Amino acid sequence: MEVLNSNVALLSNYEVLEVLHEVRSAQDSEGSKKSVSKLRTNLANITYDVEKYLQGTACSSQSPEVIRNFLIATRSLKITKIEKLQILNLRPTSIVELQLILEEVEERFSEEEMQEMTNLIQELLPPTSASPQAEPQPTS
Amino acid sequence: MTKCIYSFFLLICILFQKFTSFVLLNCFQSELKISSRMFQLSEMRDMVRVPPLKFNLPLEQAIMEELNRKLANKVVLNVGLCICAFDLVKMENSYIYPGDGASHTRTTFQFVVFRPSIEEILEGVVLSASSSGLQVSLGFFSGIFIKPENMVAGSYYDETEKVWIWNYQEEHKLFMDVGQKIRLRVISESFVDTTPSGPQLAAEHQAAVAAAAAGSVVAVAKDPFSEVHPYTIYGSTDGSGLGMISWWAEDEDEDVKDEANEGQEDSQSEHLEST
Repeated sequence: MEVLNSNVALLSNYEVLEVLHEVRSAQDSEGSKKSVSKLRTNLANITYDVEKYLQGTACSSQSPEVIRNFLIATRSLKITKIEKLQILNLRPTSIVELQLILEEVEERFSEEEMQEMTNLIQELLPPTSASPQAEPQPTS
Repeated sequence: MTKCIYSFFLLICILFQKFTSFVLLNCFQSELKISSRMFQLSEMRDMVRVPPLKFNLPLEQAIMEELNRKLANKVVLNVGLCICAFDLVKMENSYIYPGDGASHTRTTFQFVVFRPSIEEILEGVVLSASSSGLQVSLGFFSGIFIKPENMVAGSYYDETEKVWIWNYQEEHKLFMDVGQKIRLRVISESFVDTTPSGPQLAAEHQAAVAAAAAGSVVAVAKDPFSEVHPYTIYGSTDGSGLGMISWWAEDEDEDVKDEANEGQEDSQSEHLEST
C-alpha cells in the first residue's frame, strides 16, 4: 500500500460525524439482514467510539446552516481558515479559550475585538446538546 | 571616521540578520499551521482483494467493505489513525490470478484519518496517572501522554493518592483527577513501526519466560508509559486555558452557584416570612 497524499482535505468534526452517521446507518440496515459479521468489528468499534466522542463536543448541535452562517459572519474578521475550523470544533466561549486557538493574539486583536468574537460565537454556534451547564439547574 | 562607518555597517548586518531569522521563523510557523487538523482525508493506493464471497455485491461496495476491514481502527505509519473509508477516487482493471479465486483491483481511495496537528488544542479525559505523567483518552484513541516537564510549573505527583496536583500560587491545590476532562496542546507526535519481527519476538518471549522462572513481578507490572504504541501524541498543559476544564470554567460555575444560593436564601426567607 502506498500513501499518495496524507492530507487531501481537512474535515471539521461535524463532517466526520455526518460520514459516521452514514456508515452506521448502512451497517444497521445490513445488520437486520444478516448477523453482524466478525469481519467488520473493527469498523463498528471505531465508528461507535468516534461518534460517541463527537456527540459530546460542540459539533453535535451544528448543522450546515449554522456553519454557513458562521463562515459568512466571520468573513470580515481577520482569522485564518484553520482557526475558523478550530473555533467550529471547540466552540470557545471565553477569551482565554479563544486565545489558545488564535496565534499571536495580542498582536492581532484587541481585548474588545476578542470579546466581540466570543459573543459572536455564542450567538451563532449552539451549545453542546449535552452541555454541563444545563445539569445544575434542576438541582438548584 | 572609518570607525564610524565600520560600526554603522555592523549595525546594518545585525539588523539584516534579525530580519531574515524573523522571516524564517514566520515561514516555519505558517508551515506548521497548514499541516492538518484533528480529522483529515488521506489519499492512498492499494491492491484490494475481493474474495469470491462478495462477488454478489457491486464492486464499489465490496471494495469499500474490504478497505474498511483492512484499515478501520488501525494506525498507518506517518498517516494517523484510520477511521473509515470516505470515497473511491479511481479503480483500475480487476485481475484474477492463478491459484486464487479472488479478484484484485488497484484502487485509489480516500480515508478519514485522525491526525491532530502540532499546536492543536484537544479535549479529552484523564485515563490514568503515574509518576511518569498523565495518560489522556479521547474515547477512541488513548495514546496521548503528558510528561511532567510539560505540565504547569508547580505540578507534582502525590504517591499516596496517585494523582497529579497543581500547587496554584502555593495556596490552592488543584487536582488532575482520573476521569475528569482535560484540555491540552499537542506538542509532538511519534510513529513507531510495531510490525512484529520474528527473532526479536522469540528473544522477548524467552526473556519473559526467564523472568517468570526467576519469580520477578516486574515483568508483569504494566505501565502505559513503557508500552510501545504505534502512534503517540505528546501534549502540554503549560499555558493559560490549558489543564483541567473545570479550572477555567470555575468563575462561571461560581457565579451560577452564587445565584443559586441567593435564590435559595430568598426562597428560604420567604418561607420564614410566610410561616
